[in-house]
Amino acid sequence: MARLSQPGDRLEKRVTFRGWLLPLLLIAPQVIISAVFFFYPAGQAIWQSLFIPDPFGLSAQFVGLGNFEFLLNDKFYRASFLTTAVFSILVTLCSMVPALFLAVLADRLIKGSGVYRTLLIWPYAVAPAVAGVLWLFMFNTRVGVISWYLGTLGYDWNHVLNGGEAMGLVVVASAWGRISYNFLFFFAALQAVPRSVIEAAAIDGARFWRRFWTIVLPLLSPTTFFLLVVNIVYAFFETFGVIHTITSGGPQQTTTILVYKVFSDGFVGQDLGSSSAQSVILLIVVGLLTVIQFKYIEKRVHY
Amino acid sequence: MNKTLIAGLALSGTMLSPLAAYAQTEVQFWHAFTGRLGELVKAQVEEFNASQSDYVVVESHKGNYSETLNAGIAAFRAQEQPHVLMVFEVGTATMMSAQGAIKPVYQVMAESGAEFDPDAFIGSVKGYYTTTDGEMLSLPFNSSTPVLWVNRDAFKAAGVDPDTDLSTWQNVDAVLDQLKAGGSECPLVTAWQSWIHLENFSAYHDVPFASKDNGFSGLDTELMLNGEAQVAHLTAMGEWAKEGKFVYTGRRNEGGANFRAGECALFTESSAGYAGIKAEAQFDFDVRPLPYWEGVGNAPQNTIIGGASLWVMEGHESEEYKGVGAFLNFLSSSDVQASWHQNTGYLPITAAAGEATRLAGFYDENPGTDIAVIQMTAKEPTANSKGLRLGSFDQIRGIIDEELEAIWSGDKTAQAAMDSAKERGDALLRRFESANK
Repeated sequence: MARLSQPGDRLEKRVTFRGWLLPLLLIAPQVIISAVFFFYPAGQAIWQSLFIPDPFGLSAQFVGLGNFEFLLNDKFYRASFLTTAVFSILVTLCSMVPALFLAVLADRLIKGSGVYRTLLIWPYAVAPAVAGVLWLFMFNTRVGVISWYLGTLGYDWNHVLNGGEAMGLVVVASAWGRISYNFLFFFAALQAVPRSVIEAAAIDGARFWRRFWTIVLPLLSPTTFFLLVVNIVYAFFETFGVIHTITSGGPQQTTTILVYKVFSDGFVGQDLGSSSAQSVILLIVVGLLTVIQFKYIEKRVHY
Repeated sequence: MNKTLIAGLALSGTMLSPLAAYAQTEVQFWHAFTGRLGELVKAQVEEFNASQSDYVVVESHKGNYSETLNAGIAAFRAQEQPHVLMVFEVGTATMMSAQGAIKPVYQVMAESGAEFDPDAFIGSVKGYYTTTDGEMLSLPFNSSTPVLWVNRDAFKAAGVDPDTDLSTWQNVDAVLDQLKAGGSECPLVTAWQSWIHLENFSAYHDVPFASKDNGFSGLDTELMLNGEAQVAHLTAMGEWAKEGKFVYTGRRNEGGANFRAGECALFTESSAGYAGIKAEAQFDFDVRPLPYWEGVGNAPQNTIIGGASLWVMEGHESEEYKGVGAFLNFLSSSDVQASWHQNTGYLPITAAAGEATRLAGFYDENPGTDIAVIQMTAKEPTANSKGLRLGSFDQIRGIIDEELEAIWSGDKTAQAAMDSAKERGDALLRRFESANK
């Protein structure tokens, strides 16, 4: 919303309040929600990360930064940073590129686009853990349909021993449902691209791909940026259901991403000290990532 | 939570009749069983409730073993713990260290005045849940031990005599060759690899799995699973995996599906696999004792148990603990145990239940169902075969699984993998030690 303004423009529309009570009341809901659901638990995690408590909360040993030291000395933990990066990038790419492709196709449809849209959105309704089980069934090393088919082609699929295949499988299972979500946003954004601009380019002789690269894609950039942030956050935090059902982080921790380790150490291993320390580290990592995204990538976005 | 509380209050309000003075004392029992096992537990609880009028046991399913333990821990932290919590054997050390959260079973029994004889339980079962001073901390409930399942039809198909002696791994090694040569795609498959091929393997060959009597006599225990005997066994299995004679399917009991479908010839799995195999197998099968390496350690010693025990949680009224005592006493009675054993393939955990089953002619009608019992009770357990008591053991098993996978895929030698498992596992044991000082 660009406002036509000139030097000396005095039509500044700033709302000013008299007194403190009303503004405080107005921001109170947001502040309270942040405090209860973010600052309080984050503060607790930071506090707990300084202790090794027993599972029942009967006693706790103060260890200072001992939990962090323990983690950073663990070469598997250090490796899981790289695993997380690879996983997040792959999930983001595999869920955004096909979504954009499908959205472009659906956008060009004249008849029956409603049916396609509905069908394409369906996978989003499937819970991550259920999606995990579905994919696991298809790729089960012995009874899976797809692994059987690969076997007839001479490829011996075994994601329980092969780290690369395990990573591929959790990426596909995590990205699959997300394609629908991304599709929805891309589709809406495509509909908002002004027809007149595209028609003008067409009259000038620009073919489809040229129009797509020079007009449509730049106009989609706010949506793309939004989806990039949201998908990375998704890959970081919401995929442990899929990983838990398919690989449990294996083989040899090749699919243990940071948040899965927080979950498995805290809720399977009952090591709340280490789990808290990991959440603190994760908090810092995601904070940095968000800063980077907004500082550098957002500059390339045209609103 | 609040809604149920309010609903509960409203309900008890409307039901406040003069009779309420004689209300039954309620005992909460959380367990991890679904399906057929869930039905059997429910039937036991109903039978107990019908047998007397002072107490009523309310059973609820809280997910798998790990989830049930976590539910119990979370509930304790919120001061809403059940009276009786089912905990799998892996969580034993965690529970034992939780003084203030648990009420030892021997104490519950003494206070409730119920007749209770810990010596009625068979040694290797009792030993797992008893302190070195002989005090029983939790009540053994479902216990099983690994055995070797044989698909006789698969043997015949590969031209191998199904009655071949499979008591030693040396013999099995030769048979695997024959099966492979006879065209078997899956000569050997296993469930619960760490439990069977390391934990039980160590006990069965009478070699230590961890120092300090496998953790029984101190928290400052260290893993010893990289010993000569274990490494030799895993090296052999690694070779089998490479040659396609051992097929790896996953960390839990995924291999059961392959065996029950008739794909695999041999299957190392818990004796409690009986119910499933009997129900699904479309082929002729039998059960053999777990094989051992002839000449290694003192094999065959005895195998150890897997399964769960019942822990009584602290923080309830003494009247309720009387109910708990009565319920636990009922569960360990020989009739209840005998029918549990016969229905599930779990071990009869009291000697009397085993005897009752034998007298009823069950073993004659179902040959092989007593093999697990014999295998566990043939010898008096040693310090190496009494069981395992290691903190953070669920996580350590995860580490062992990872390292075993590295052997099966050929990434590491058995020695390197077990050295690494020891190093990583010991780090967790030290954390557990400092958390429970």
